[in-house]
Amino acid sequence: MTRQYSLCGNRWDAETYRVGVLREVAGRGGSAYVHDVLAVGDLVGLGGPRNNFPLVPASRYLFVAGGIGITPLLPMVHQAELLGADWTLVYGGRTRGSMAFLDELAVHGERVHVVPQDECGLIDLPRWLGAPDPATKVYCCGPGPLLDAVERICAAWPPFALRTERFVAREQGAPSRTTPFDVELARTGGTVTVPPDLSVLEALGKAGVEVLSSCRQGLCGTCETDVLAGLPEHRDSILDDAERAAGDCMFVCVSRSLGDRLVLDL
Amino acid sequence: MSLAAVPTTTVDPFSPEVLADPLPFQERLREAGPVVYLTSHGVHAFGRHEQVHAALTNWQGLQSGAGVGLSNFRLEKPWRPPSLLLESDPPRHDAPRRVLSAVLGPRVLRSLRERWSADAEALVDEVLAGPDEFDAVPALAEAFPLRVFPDAVGLGPDGRENLLPYGNHLFNAFGPANALVEAGRPRAPELGARVAGQCAREALSGDGFGAAVWAAADRGEITPEQAPLVVRSLLSAGIDTTVHGLAAVLHAFATHPAQWRRLRERPQLARVAFDEAVRWQSPVQTFFRTATRDVEIGGTVIPDGGKVLMFLGAANRDPRRWADPDAFDLGRDPSGHVGFGMGLHQCVGQHVARLEAEALLTALAARVASIRQVGDGERQLNNTLRAWASIPVRVHRA
Repeated sequence: MTRQYSLCGNRWDAETYRVGVLREVAGRGGSAYVHDVLAVGDLVGLGGPRNNFPLVPASRYLFVAGGIGITPLLPMVHQAELLGADWTLVYGGRTRGSMAFLDELAVHGERVHVVPQDECGLIDLPRWLGAPDPATKVYCCGPGPLLDAVERICAAWPPFALRTERFVAREQGAPSRTTPFDVELARTGGTVTVPPDLSVLEALGKAGVEVLSSCRQGLCGTCETDVLAGLPEHRDSILDDAERAAGDCMFVCVSRSLGDRLVLDL
Repeated sequence: MSLAAVPTTTVDPFSPEVLADPLPFQERLREAGPVVYLTSHGVHAFGRHEQVHAALTNWQGLQSGAGVGLSNFRLEKPWRPPSLLLESDPPRHDAPRRVLSAVLGPRVLRSLRERWSADAEALVDEVLAGPDEFDAVPALAEAFPLRVFPDAVGLGPDGRENLLPYGNHLFNAFGPANALVEAGRPRAPELGARVAGQCAREALSGDGFGAAVWAAADRGEITPEQAPLVVRSLLSAGIDTTVHGLAAVLHAFATHPAQWRRLRERPQLARVAFDEAVRWQSPVQTFFRTATRDVEIGGTVIPDGGKVLMFLGAANRDPRRWADPDAFDLGRDPSGHVGFGMGLHQCVGQHVARLEAEALLTALAARVASIRQVGDGERQLNNTLRAWASIPVRVHRA
């Protein structure tokens, strides 16, 4: 089993990776395995880290975390502090007891606003995001409804002010194509036809073309593949608008083709 | 381990004698020990692959932000605004590096391959239309990068003649304030200002690497204040290094006729040939780092704030790492050489350099049956670069 977790440790410690894993009762088994089976001293394999959620320069940051969505924001808080930026973290969760890393965050004092739902209700997003500020970047990670709500409010903000990471895939409509399309393999030669009921990844696999993948939901980025020709229909939760418009890469686990033919760097 | 236990040398690696022929000094350095103290500049030096690699990849303990030359920015004011890439550390290094990596990524370069191949063929045809004997440095090693790279960045037609003198001074200035630096100093402010002027958005075409850097600023990935300095990195690090990398591979082939025949038989060896030449000649010879705390390397503690000098060229010929290290050999796998650095600061433009080299070597291999160096040629002394002023060659057309 392969899973992706946000590294939430200290980059200046070159020998340790730290992740925070919430047990997902309705998950696919990864978090249950971590909680129930993995023990101290067990060895696990790991792939190189990737970063789909980079901290961009700004003089002010507003970090909005929901639940375990705090993990990618922890190192950002640390970096904002190192950079001497003005920052605020609003951290919501079900109950104070369910919210990870509160002790670690306490050192930052009034910059951190802890919002347990059972005490304070949901995060008052309009209060925090009410007035668009061109100097502020908004970073949000958490459950889908929180991200959706932040995205709605930030529609009034300058473009690229909001940066999000999802760990549950964005809702997608039906694919625009209901007919098969061809995927041409530029490096190995050959063509694979993708029927409407299979993903590109699945069709490639059936044809014996292995592409490393992990989440199969367009979230983790493992199966990123270069597009050499054709127009992909992006159905992932990773690329931003500019990257989608560039059309030079796709995540073959979920994304498809708008035209009859795609040429991939495989 | 105490300082007394570390071997020392009084030799100045930046003296004209060593710069002219650094190999004997580098061998003595490697054989003296994993760490050697240079009394000439008060720094610890590494000549073996293991320690150079360890130093390059330890960005936490050995920083770049205090300068990658001898000058310690904690104590001295840099001669130009520091680079956001070369002379910076995480977290400030992150965003500019990320942007430039994307701008120069393999995906982007694929779109340049055809154009650069055609440019290389045209240049080689022009050169071969002339006499059989010519100087490969101006005719090919300088001409090709100057033909394709400024266009790819999107520079205007004016001021391109400043790029090589600017780069030459920049790479001298990483060394001590010796005669090479003094010679460049009078023009440095003027050259720095002119190159800075070429980095402004309005000075750049709309479709080059420079415009792509500014587009990243528009998306908030770097700030508008950072954009010109990121463009400047392209101009500082992207010309001289490639010129001397190409000179290295041309010198290598012009002195190794059997390897040239091998390339002619299998032109797809062009990429290996370039990396092997970068290993063998190491166009970038040295860089410094500064200890962020007491750091142990090779059994020696480098004190907090101490400068260390990494001899990339020595590491690339360390017999502990390479079999027959002094041979230029297309049958070797040069992977793991540190000619482009290693780790966080590894050359962000290495794919650009490889593409330029591949285009030029492929065009030459198709048209030139033999290329032989005529005489010793002439080195261009530089505190950081192992450079050529002149490589006279005689060619026979295919």
